[in-house]
Amino acid sequence: MSSELLANLGLFVLALLVGFEVISKIPATLHTPMMSGANSIHGVVLVGAILIAGVVDSPVGYILTFIAAAFAAMNVVGGYVVTDRMLGMFRSRRDREEAK
Amino acid sequence: MSAIDAVVGVIYLGAAVTFVFGLHLMRSPATARRGNLVSASGMTAAILATVVFVATGQEGLHVSPWGWGALLAGTAVGAAAGLVGARGVQMTAMPQLVSLFNAVGGGAAALVAAVETLHVVGRLAAERPDAAFTVPVGLDVLIGAVTFSGSLIAAGKLQGWISGAPIAFTGSRIATAASAVLGLGSVVWLVVAPGVWPLAALAVGATAFGILMVLPIGGADMPVVVSLLNAFTGLAVAMAGFVVGNEILIIAGALVGASGAILTKLMADAMNRSVLSIMVGGFGTGDAPAGDTVVSAAAEVRRTDPDDVALQLAYAQKVIIVPGYGLAAAQAQREAGELGSALADRGITVYYAIHPVAGRMPGHMNVLLAEADVPYDQLIEMEDVNPEFDTCDVALVVGANDVTNPAARRPGNAISGMPILDVDKARSIIVIKRSLGHGYAGLDNELYGNAKTGMLFADAKKGLAQILAAMKEYAS
Repeated sequence: MSSELLANLGLFVLALLVGFEVISKIPATLHTPMMSGANSIHGVVLVGAILIAGVVDSPVGYILTFIAAAFAAMNVVGGYVVTDRMLGMFRSRRDREEAK
Repeated sequence: MSAIDAVVGVIYLGAAVTFVFGLHLMRSPATARRGNLVSASGMTAAILATVVFVATGQEGLHVSPWGWGALLAGTAVGAAAGLVGARGVQMTAMPQLVSLFNAVGGGAAALVAAVETLHVVGRLAAERPDAAFTVPVGLDVLIGAVTFSGSLIAAGKLQGWISGAPIAFTGSRIATAASAVLGLGSVVWLVVAPGVWPLAALAVGATAFGILMVLPIGGADMPVVVSLLNAFTGLAVAMAGFVVGNEILIIAGALVGASGAILTKLMADAMNRSVLSIMVGGFGTGDAPAGDTVVSAAAEVRRTDPDDVALQLAYAQKVIIVPGYGLAAAQAQREAGELGSALADRGITVYYAIHPVAGRMPGHMNVLLAEADVPYDQLIEMEDVNPEFDTCDVALVVGANDVTNPAARRPGNAISGMPILDVDKARSIIVIKRSLGHGYAGLDNELYGNAKTGMLFADAKKGLAQILAAMKEYAS
């Protein structure tokens, strides 16, 4: 087992633990925006699509890269925008009175 | 390690911190929006850093003009589609959209591994890639493809394009098992003999399994499925990180995997089901057929009318509104919000009691009510609101059924042990419902026969509007 793989496995396990820790403290009120927020975070796969664009050199490769980039970009852009839209609706009674 | 390499590494680290911090800020509605922006800025930095990384030819990466074309065109098309979807979606359709984003995220992760494998296999025809490469590839394509097809089916069921009823055909269980064997077997094949054929077999098997797995699951269980597939997408992305050797993919993927797993568990607990029994499927008929069951004449319930309800509410001191999915299905959020606000303006204490599974995904009801301008400090979670029912003058149940059924406190029925809202402890109870039809669990709701309960047989939207009108007329 290479040292890089071991380091990556360490990152993976630690990130899992951080995820459990952070998420279990989020109130049920915000579970939908939180799920949508987590959903946009996995749009980070766009980084992977950019990296594979650096190795492809065949028509099949270009087509697959195009699809991967389109999927990932849809995930990341749509995810953040819809989460922001949702969270913008949450107002306290005080905010509401100020808005009037 | 070159300078650019190091800077990109630091930016990735910073992005990982913004993801965690962004999720941390989601603990309170007051800071949640900022948290999302923090996370988005980290994401933008990580993506731009990666573009610089490949453009400057780090680690022997070289993007040909065609490569740039494919990347930029794909990103533009995807970003536009995401933007249109995110801007236009109705809040009631949020679960479908999240499911669609799961599908494309999982699909992208699987494609990343597939492209990388084609490249490695083509280049290293002489030396075989080792298991440290092929195992993550196998897991990535397996999980990614299952998520892709499964999420599309889930979205189709939620949208009503595919029947919400559990779909099974002769031999469907066998087909499901066969596709699972093909998928898992291909992972082993890929590890033993890396190549294009095992990769193709894996993609076919996993895609088929995703479809066959979700088809027999009832529509009402879809929220749990979507949440589980969200976790799967995270894991697929983390595996893609192992494949291309990129730490930000690993960290972000693991974060999402953990969050999805927790939500799935919470949601299944609140529905009184195990995640396993949901995935096995065959339960429920999807959305409870609203209004097609007639009011049974024999049922001993007390009817009430909008005028009575309005007076009762107007002279109460504390009112708790209990919204369920029926409210959202009738698009009555705005009426509920107006009624709550009218009562609050009269100096009445108003709470909305939110059961964890109210709506079509965890916390969905809060979003629907927030959209209808209900202040979030009136939205109270189950554990906090239950003690309030003892001192509540009127509990107004709109479109909620099983989650208010006191039968859950007794052993020996379908909902025994399910956490419920203690509506029956209120001094008086009003239920707005179209009929005495059953909820998702198919049980009679004992709450309706309670002497304190008045039934207002009406559509949620019309019923609430009538109450509101009556209140303005008689109690102003």
